[in-house]
Amino acid sequence: MTVDIDKTTGDTPPAGPEAIKAIPVRHYGRYVSAVVALALLGGVVYAFSQGKINWDAIPDYFFDDRILDGVGKTLLLTVLSMAIGVIGGVLLAVMRLSKNPVTSSIAWFYIWFFRGTPVLVQLIVWFNLGLVFEYINLGPFYKDEWSDFMTPFLTALLGLGLNEAAYMAEICRAGLLSVDEGQTEASHALGMSHARTLRRIVIPQAMRVIVPPTGNEVINMLKTTSLVSVVQYPELLRAAQDIGQTSGAPAEMLFLAAAWYLLLTSVFSVGQYYLERYYARGSSRSLPPTPLQKIKANVLSLSSRSKPTGGTA
Amino acid sequence: MTAMVKAEGVHKSFGPVQVLQGIDLEVKSGEVFCLIGPSGSGKSTFLRCINHLEKINAGRLYVDGELVGYRQKGDKLYELKDSEVARKRRDIGMVFQRFNLFPHMTAVENVMEAPVQVKGANKGQARLRAMELLDRVGLADKAGNYPSQLSGGQQQRVAIARALAMDPKLMLFDEPTSALDPELVGDVLDVMRDLAESGMTMIVVTHEMGFAREVGDSLVFMDGGVVVESGHPREVLTNPQHERTKSFLSKVL
Repeated sequence: MTVDIDKTTGDTPPAGPEAIKAIPVRHYGRYVSAVVALALLGGVVYAFSQGKINWDAIPDYFFDDRILDGVGKTLLLTVLSMAIGVIGGVLLAVMRLSKNPVTSSIAWFYIWFFRGTPVLVQLIVWFNLGLVFEYINLGPFYKDEWSDFMTPFLTALLGLGLNEAAYMAEICRAGLLSVDEGQTEASHALGMSHARTLRRIVIPQAMRVIVPPTGNEVINMLKTTSLVSVVQYPELLRAAQDIGQTSGAPAEMLFLAAAWYLLLTSVFSVGQYYLERYYARGSSRSLPPTPLQKIKANVLSLSSRSKPTGGTA
Repeated sequence: MTAMVKAEGVHKSFGPVQVLQGIDLEVKSGEVFCLIGPSGSGKSTFLRCINHLEKINAGRLYVDGELVGYRQKGDKLYELKDSEVARKRRDIGMVFQRFNLFPHMTAVENVMEAPVQVKGANKGQARLRAMELLDRVGLADKAGNYPSQLSGGQQQRVAIARALAMDPKLMLFDEPTSALDPELVGDVLDVMRDLAESGMTMIVVTHEMGFAREVGDSLVFMDGGVVVESGHPREVLTNPQHERTKSFLSKVL
């Protein structure tokens, strides 16, 4: 702290006012809490180091084909269920906001049902619908036995996607409502139709509100896919458990799965940052810098600091 | 001169609140028509009825000889479809008190948006035309800026350019300078004065009595949802006949 003050007094031209030199307040509480936190962390690390964990098993299996296959299936399920969720959510949100009482109450009912029941129960129900339906019959398009039609993949996809649509609907509705009514009026006054106003004016602005919680939902979805192991779909968790049972390292394989989930959610978080940045354009005077730009700026300011005239901040 | 806007006994209510209680007036083609009055007198509501942002409850409202929002066949009225209403709005530019620029688009994109989306104009040509319009309002150098990077006065001038991009035959101004710093009002009024000189038909809801006196061709004083007094701006402003007009003007002048 004092270094900063010294530097400014040393470098500033003589015309500037004298900088304040004061003894900073000592925050003893902070030192104590830091020590306590470090001690607790050390304890946890020590405890794990004492457990009979075969850490070597994790790198051995990290890129195992079955694990990679599971990761691929987890990702596929996440992306497809989110796609169903987002499309369904936009549709439901527009239905709920429509003036037609029939469509808005159907949307309300859908959200009420799918938000009000646990997703695990929904998954099991989809899986067991074969008990009440023997055939699936979509008229002239498709006809098959239910058990052949409702594969574990489709069960997982429908269970997760339809449930997600209910949540996305509320997120989208909040986003649409967040856009100032003046925007719609200005757009209508220019002769734009309802649909075009929604597509060109309202939705791009609503996205700023929709994207952050949607990123949350994606990360949630990635983790929720682990539930579909109950409907016999071999995603990441199931693959890890299978290996754990045969290799004799069940706990280690769970750590491995956790590491993969962490890795994937971290990658998604980075993607979310850039998406938010894209939709923030125009809403603030200058966009927040990307990590790359931050690094660049730091390097530049470091190199200019050696020059006497360099005053970038 | 023909009537650009004609109102016959226009009524409008929001639930139990009667906002317009029988407005009769006529705006001639090419004139600058000023609406003044205390807040809540219904002047903004009347303006919004002209491009059917609000539906009127009774009376008749005509723009360029055609009914607003309805079609008359024999003695029956048919409500217009949304697409037909939108088509009619193309010819009526509107400028709002709070600008309502699209914040996710740059100034030039704001101006291009309607010609490209509504009229299907070629993007390159629309951009050229948008630049011309921005130049006309003195903001050619701000074309690439987002609204949040512009001052209120600059935003309002972009909004005027945006309305002009549709080549309207009528411009509605809803208190265009009320949300601006006093310093910035002049720039916007200059643009409007310039527009008036080019022969545009303009209906202006305003508190700028100086502008009304100098540029206006007609002036109407509204209060409580009715027209209290109308005439040439200079006459009404300097020699009001009604008590209500006198007391209002004594407070604002």
